[in-house]
Amino acid sequence: MLPEPLQTELKEKIASCEHPRELVIDVLTAIQEHHGHLSDEAVQDAAALFGLTPLEIDELATFYPFLYRQPVGRYVIHVCDSVICWMENGKGLIEHLQKRLGIAMGETTPDGLFTLLPVCCIGYCDRAPAILVNRKVHGPLNPALLDELIDRLQRQARDGEAAS
Amino acid sequence: MSDYPQVLFRNRKPDRIATLAEYRQSGGYEALADAVRNRNPKAIQEELLAAQLLGRGGAGFPSGKKLMTVADDAPFPRYIVCNADEMEPGTFKDRVLIHADPHQLLEGMALAGYAISASVGVIFIRPEYESAARILEREIGLAMGAGCLGKRIFGSGFSFDIVVHRSAGRYICGEGTAQLNALQARRPNPKLPPPYATEKGLWNQPTVQQNVETLCCMPHVIRNGAAWFKALALTPTGAGTKIYGVSGKVRRPGCYELPMGVPLREIIEVHAGGMIDGLRFKTCLPGGASTRFMTEAHLDLAMDFESLKAKGHRLGTGAVMVFDEQTCLVGATLNLIEFFARESCGWCTPCREGLPYVRDLLWRIENGLGEPWFVGALQQMSKHLWHSYCALAPGAASPLESLLTDFPEEVEDHIRHKRCRFSSSAG
Repeated sequence: MLPEPLQTELKEKIASCEHPRELVIDVLTAIQEHHGHLSDEAVQDAAALFGLTPLEIDELATFYPFLYRQPVGRYVIHVCDSVICWMENGKGLIEHLQKRLGIAMGETTPDGLFTLLPVCCIGYCDRAPAILVNRKVHGPLNPALLDELIDRLQRQARDGEAAS
Repeated sequence: MSDYPQVLFRNRKPDRIATLAEYRQSGGYEALADAVRNRNPKAIQEELLAAQLLGRGGAGFPSGKKLMTVADDAPFPRYIVCNADEMEPGTFKDRVLIHADPHQLLEGMALAGYAISASVGVIFIRPEYESAARILEREIGLAMGAGCLGKRIFGSGFSFDIVVHRSAGRYICGEGTAQLNALQARRPNPKLPPPYATEKGLWNQPTVQQNVETLCCMPHVIRNGAAWFKALALTPTGAGTKIYGVSGKVRRPGCYELPMGVPLREIIEVHAGGMIDGLRFKTCLPGGASTRFMTEAHLDLAMDFESLKAKGHRLGTGAVMVFDEQTCLVGATLNLIEFFARESCGWCTPCREGLPYVRDLLWRIENGLGEPWFVGALQQMSKHLWHSYCALAPGAASPLESLLTDFPEEVEDHIRHKRCRFSSSAG
């Protein structure tokens, strides 16, 4: 169930829009940011907000690579596997990443920190090979730089937890 | 590096975006101010048509003509949709343009809006470009505060608002009709016209969709005139400048603003710094993933829409992807087909069923499991791909057909020796 303040905020946003349907992706993204992913319940909540059927919402929630119908890790790594990154040893980088994290594409590490997802060209061909971590771009990368990045994210998560 | 006039990149800085003040100092918003105060919408359409500004999103449709297809008595409200869903592999010019000088795009949208008496512009932007989306939202606010956008622009009777719409991904959303479905929270499948978007588009209202780069050209055309814009090109068939985004095995990958019609060789060897040391040029895709491979024989071709068309090629988005001698073209084409197969929306059979089949055949060839009859099967499948609902599958067919006709020996070598002899392999 959506918390009251978020529900109110989204309802107000929807009510102020001439064509509320144009906000569906924004609202799904906001709900996803709150819960981490879009559960069946979240799909129903979004449907209720717009007066649409859960099926109409699910048609969208299952279509887009940046909407997650299953739980994901704290850091979602979208690995660009399009042709320029591929040519710049993107395949080796993906293999290195999978080995380092001990997971395959589409999986999440057991500690809940990382999820690996493939994505088509991210538009940073001048910085290939590149990846996105929570939508932020990193590139050009090689295995050593990738290791540094993963180390940094792990440290960041650990320090964050210690602080909280 | 070159003395070519910088029009779209005149305010480009190495480390930050151009501010509103800098944009205005360089003549920004003068075209819009002049248009809304002194010129009528038809005059704007005619200037753009005379300038022969062709759509920079890939299709190359005359932008003035597109604006003119909105009927005089078309209902209100009318919309401008900016396609910032750049997702074609190799293409990153729109990202660079937005990060360089965002007000250029906003002014272009307002001018296009004025030309069809639209009141709202929507920027449809991909999730990978979140930083660009934030920049645009901030700069829209600043432009409104300065009276350049919003109500009664520059004290005229024309009002125009711009909103940023974030997508959640998928290449198909860059296709015009699919994009309108996406904006209206429908599954983004393409839709065959009629009705055309200029008649019944967003919310069933007249809508003109334009690419980021096309819209960015508009203020300059209106401010300096059609003849000036035409004269920027090196070829009589071209007009304006073009952002060529070069990637792959070159020394300086990046975006370069050059005259339309510049030779391919100059783009690669001069502006992008030539091949990386020790590597030899084999081929390039001149305009993104849905164009045909060009070889050394094409290096002196002028890069504009008409010159390439005359040789059976397409300028597309002007995204030049350079491959060296050691890169396997079967592997590269397999990678491209993987992309198209994954990004197919699944709406029609040739695309949904054909692309995975092509992918399977290419994967086998690349991995030493190819049979001679695969070549005929691939040729047949590429013909089927042209009978799809939208341009995604024909786009996928282009590099595939080019591989089979321009590099048949590379395919045959894989099949005959049951292995890939190149260092890079798609696996």
